Amino acid sequence: MEFMTNHLLSFILFSPAISALIILLIPKEQEKLIKWAAFILSLIPLGFSIYVWFLYDKGVKGFQFQELAVWYSAINSSYHIGIDGISLTMVLLTTLLTPLALLASFSVKENIQSYMILFFLLEMGMLGVFLALDLLLFFVFWEFGLVPMYFLINQWGSEKGEREIWGGNKIPARTYASFKFMIYTMAGSLGLLLAIQMIGVVSGTFDIPTLFEKWTSLNKSVFGLDISVVKAIAFWAFTLAFAIKVPVWPFHTWLPDAHTEAPTAGSMILAGVLLKLGAFGFLRLVLPLYPAEAHQYAPALAFLAVMAIVFGAFASFGQTDFKRLVAYSSVNHMGFVVLGIAAAAYAMNTPDANIALNGAVLQMFNHGLSAAGMFFLVGVIYERTHTRDLNEFGGLFPLVPVYGGILIFTSMASLGLPGLNGFISEFLVVRGSWPIFTFYTAIAMLGLLFTGAYILKGIKQVLHGPLNEKWVGHLTEIKLREIFVIAPLMILMLWIGIWPAWILDVINRAVQSIF
Amino acid sequence: MQFPILSFIVFTPIVAALIIFLIPENRKAEVRVAALAAATFALTLSAWAYFSYDVSVGGYQFVEQVTWLPALGISYKVGLDGMNAPLILLTGIVMFTGVLISWGIDDRPREFFTFLFILATGVFGVFVSLDLFMLFFFYEIAVFPMYLLISIWGWKETREYAAMKLTLYLFVGSVIALVGAIAMYFAAGLGTFDMLQLEHAGFSRTFQIIWFPFVFIGFGVLGGIFPFHNWSPDGHVAAPTAVSMFHAGVLMKLGAFAALRVGVMLLPEGAKVHMNWIILLTLVNVVYGAFIASVQTDFKYVIGFSSVSHMGLVLMGFATLSKEGMIGSGIQMFSHGVMTALFFAVVGMVYDQAHTREIPKLGGFRKVMPMVAIAFIVGGLVSMGMPGFSGFIAEFPIFMGVWKTHPWIAIVAAISIVITASYIIRVIGKVFYGSLPQEFVGHVHDVTVLDKIALVFLSLILITLGVFPGWMVPLVQSGVQNILRLLGGA
Repeated sequence: MEFMTNHLLSFILFSPAISALIILLIPKEQEKLIKWAAFILSLIPLGFSIYVWFLYDKGVKGFQFQELAVWYSAINSSYHIGIDGISLTMVLLTTLLTPLALLASFSVKENIQSYMILFFLLEMGMLGVFLALDLLLFFVFWEFGLVPMYFLINQWGSEKGEREIWGGNKIPARTYASFKFMIYTMAGSLGLLLAIQMIGVVSGTFDIPTLFEKWTSLNKSVFGLDISVVKAIAFWAFTLAFAIKVPVWPFHTWLPDAHTEAPTAGSMILAGVLLKLGAFGFLRLVLPLYPAEAHQYAPALAFLAVMAIVFGAFASFGQTDFKRLVAYSSVNHMGFVVLGIAAAAYAMNTPDANIALNGAVLQMFNHGLSAAGMFFLVGVIYERTHTRDLNEFGGLFPLVPVYGGILIFTSMASLGLPGLNGFISEFLVVRGSWPIFTFYTAIAMLGLLFTGAYILKGIKQVLHGPLNEKWVGHLTEIKLREIFVIAPLMILMLWIGIWPAWILDVINRAVQSIF
Repeated sequence: MQFPILSFIVFTPIVAALIIFLIPENRKAEVRVAALAAATFALTLSAWAYFSYDVSVGGYQFVEQVTWLPALGISYKVGLDGMNAPLILLTGIVMFTGVLISWGIDDRPREFFTFLFILATGVFGVFVSLDLFMLFFFYEIAVFPMYLLISIWGWKETREYAAMKLTLYLFVGSVIALVGAIAMYFAAGLGTFDMLQLEHAGFSRTFQIIWFPFVFIGFGVLGGIFPFHNWSPDGHVAAPTAVSMFHAGVLMKLGAFAALRVGVMLLPEGAKVHMNWIILLTLVNVVYGAFIASVQTDFKYVIGFSSVSHMGLVLMGFATLSKEGMIGSGIQMFSHGVMTALFFAVVGMVYDQAHTREIPKLGGFRKVMPMVAIAFIVGGLVSMGMPGFSGFIAEFPIFMGVWKTHPWIAIVAAISIVITASYIIRVIGKVFYGSLPQEFVGHVHDVTVLDKIALVFLSLILITLGVFPGWMVPLVQSGVQNILRLLGGA
C-alpha cells in the first residue's frame, strides 16, 4: 500500500499502458467485452486522479508527489515526475475525458481492439507531458502522443471526402489530414528538440526544477554568441512548437483538417486535451525558463492571440460544415488562453497578471469540457444523418427535443453565457488583460461578439427554421449511453459556472509560483 | 583458465558451416535445423557474454591470447569491451533471425547457410579482435562470402553488377586502410600488431595527420560514408533477404567500428585534426541520404538509402569525438542494426508474396499480414527517432555531441528527422494501408510462424531499449570512457 501512495503519479501515468496490454490479450472477436473492459479500465486513472485531487495540498508551493528514478544516466536525464495545480487540473481533465471518449466510441465498428489500444497509448502520452519534470521526458511524451493520434485519424477518420494534392492526384481526406497533422507537428517540434538538446549541452541537466534556477541565471556566452541571442532563439523555438499545438494563428491550418476528419472520440480528445498541451508548454516551460524573453515578446504573442480570436470566429461563422464550425471555434477559444498567458508574461508578478493567468488555466479546462461536448454532439447527429452539412439540417428541434436541449446548453457554455463555465474564465482573462493590453483586449472582446454569432448560427441551422422533411422518421433521439457521455460534462459546466472556487483555489496557488 | 567464450562465439559459425557442408545436399530439413541450432547457440553465447560483462570493472574482459606468428608479432588476441559488446549481441540477434526468415530458401540451402556462417565468423572476429592483423584477416573473411551470396542467391536483375560493385568498393577501401595499418606497424617499431600496445606507440603528430584519413575513410567505405556510399543501396537491394539483414544490420557496423577502433583509437591526434571536415561528409550522408530515400519508388531502395542516412549519424557521432556523440553512436550501431534487419525482413516478406517491390503497385498488406505491418511500423518509428523507441535513445546524444562541437551542423542535420518521418509514413500508408490491389487477392498470404517469431523478437528489442536504455547505456559509456582517455580527455 505504501508503494502505491509513493507512486501514485506513476500509477496514473502507466495504468493506460497496462490497460492497453490487457485489451491486447482479449480475443479480437469479443467486441463487446473489449468495449466494456476498455471503459472500465479507463475509470482507474480517473479514480486515482480524483484521489490525488483531494490529497493535493493547496497551501504548498511547488511540485508535489514527486518521483525520481534513474532513466538515462549518460546524459543526466532522469525519470522525474511531479504535479502542481496547473498539471493537476489538466490530469483531471485528461482522465475525465478519456472514459467519456471511450464511451462515445462504442459505435465504432471496425477493429475496435486496435482502436482502444491506441486510445490508451494516447492517454499515456498526454498524461506524461503534464506530469514530466524532466525536459527530455517531456519531449518523449510530447512526441509519443502523435503516433496514436495519427493512426486514429488515418484509420478511423471519416470515410468520405477527397483532397487534391499537387500533381492532381486525389487522396482520401483522412490520409491528407493525418499526414498534415503529423508532419506539421513534427516539424514544429524540431526546433523544440534542438533547443532541448542545446539546453542540455549548456546546462548539463534536463531536470526542469533545476533548470528554472540554472538556465535563467546563466549569463556566459555560448557557441560564441551572446547568451541573450541564444536564449531568444531558444525561446522562439519553444514558442513555435507550442504555438503550432495550441494552435495560434497563423499556425492553425492543420487543425480544421485534423478535427474534421478524426473520429468523434478522436476529435473530443484532440480538442479537449491535445490543444492544451501547447498552452501547458507555455506555462510549464516558456514562462519560467524565459521570463525576460517572454516579457519582451509578449506583445507579439498577444497580437497573434487576438488574430486567432477574431479570425477564428470569422472563419467559424463562414463554415457550412458543422464539424469545421466547431473546429474553428477551438482556434477562437484557445486564443483567449494565449492572450491570458501573453498578458501575464508581460506584466509578471502583478495582480492583473495573476488574474489573467488564472483565467487562462481555467479556460483550458473549460474549453476541454465544452469542445469535447460540442464535438461529441456533432458526432451524435452525424452518426444518424451521415452528413455534417449545415444546409441539410434545419428545424430538427421537434424531432429531437432532448438532443436539442443539450446542444443549446453546451453551445451556451461555449459562448460564455454567465452562469456557465465559459463566462468565468473568459471574464477572468479579459479582466486580467485589460490593464495590460487594453487595445488588444478590446479587439478580443469584439471577437467575442462573433463568437456569439457563429454559435447562434450553428444552433439556428440545426435546430430552428423550416423542418427538412427528409429527416422525419429517420432521425432518432439521443440514446441513454450518449446522455451518459455528455452528462458529466454538463454538470461540470454548470458547477464551475456557479461556484468556480473549488477549482480556482487549486489553480491560483500554482499560478502564483510560476514566477 | 576461464572458459574461452569469445573464441566459442567466433568459431561456432564456421564450425557449424563445416558441419552443414557435410550434410548431404538433398536433406534440406536437416540443413535448416542444424543452421538454426548453431544460430541459437551463437545467440545464447553472445547474450551470455554481453550480460556477464562487468561494467564496474570496465576495460577489456574475457581476453584470450594465442601467439600465431611470433616472427611478425601477430597473435590471436580477442577481448570484449563496452563498445563491441553490443555489436556482438547484435550479430547474434541478426544471425538468429536471419536463419529464421531464410527457412524458405529452397535453392541450395546447404551452400547458402555455409556461406552465411562463414560471413558471421568474420563479423564476430572483427568485433572482438585486439590484433590489427587479425582484424584485417576477419574483415576479408566477412567481405568475401558476400560476393557469392549476392551473385548466386540475389535478385536476378542486378545481382552480378551489385556483387561486383560491392566487392570492389570494399576491397579498395580495405586496401587503403591496410596501407595505413602497415605504416603504423613500421612507424611504431614495436614489432607487434597488438592494438593495445599500438595505442601507446606514441606516433608523431605529423604521422597521425597523414595516415588518419587513409584508415578512417578506408574503413568508412564499408560504413557507407559519403561519397563512397553508393555500393550500399545497390548491394542491399540485390542481396537475398537474410543477406541484406546481415549486410545493412551488421556489415556496415563493421566499417564504422573498424574506423573507430583503428582510426580514432590508434591515431587520436589525426582524428582531432581531420574530424572537422569529415563531419561535413557525414552531414551529407545524413541529410542527402534521407532525401534520396524519400524519392525512391522501390521499397528496398527506400530502406537501403535510409541506412546511408542512419549510418551517417553513427559516423557523425564519432566525428564529434565527444562523450555524448560517441555514446549515441555506440547505441545507434546496435539500434540501427536491429531496426534495419527488421526492415529488410519485412521487405523480403512482402516481396516473396507480391513479387514486386514497386511501392505504387503495393497496398493493403495489413489485411493479409497484420503482424508484418505492425513490425514495419515499429521499425519506422525507430527510424524517425520517435521517443519511446531505441532510435531516439541513440540519436538524442549524437545530436548533443554535435551541439557541443558544431552547433550549426546539428541544426542542419535535424532536417533529416522530418524527411525520414515523411517517407516512412508514406511507405507505411502506401504498402500496408489502403486497398489490396486486385491482382494480389488470393495470391498473398500471411507469413509463417518462424517469420513472426523473428519479427516480434526484433521489435521487442527496439522497444525495450527505447523504454529502458539502462541495459545498454552504461556499457557503451564505459567503452567510450576508454576512447576518451586515448583522446586525452577531449
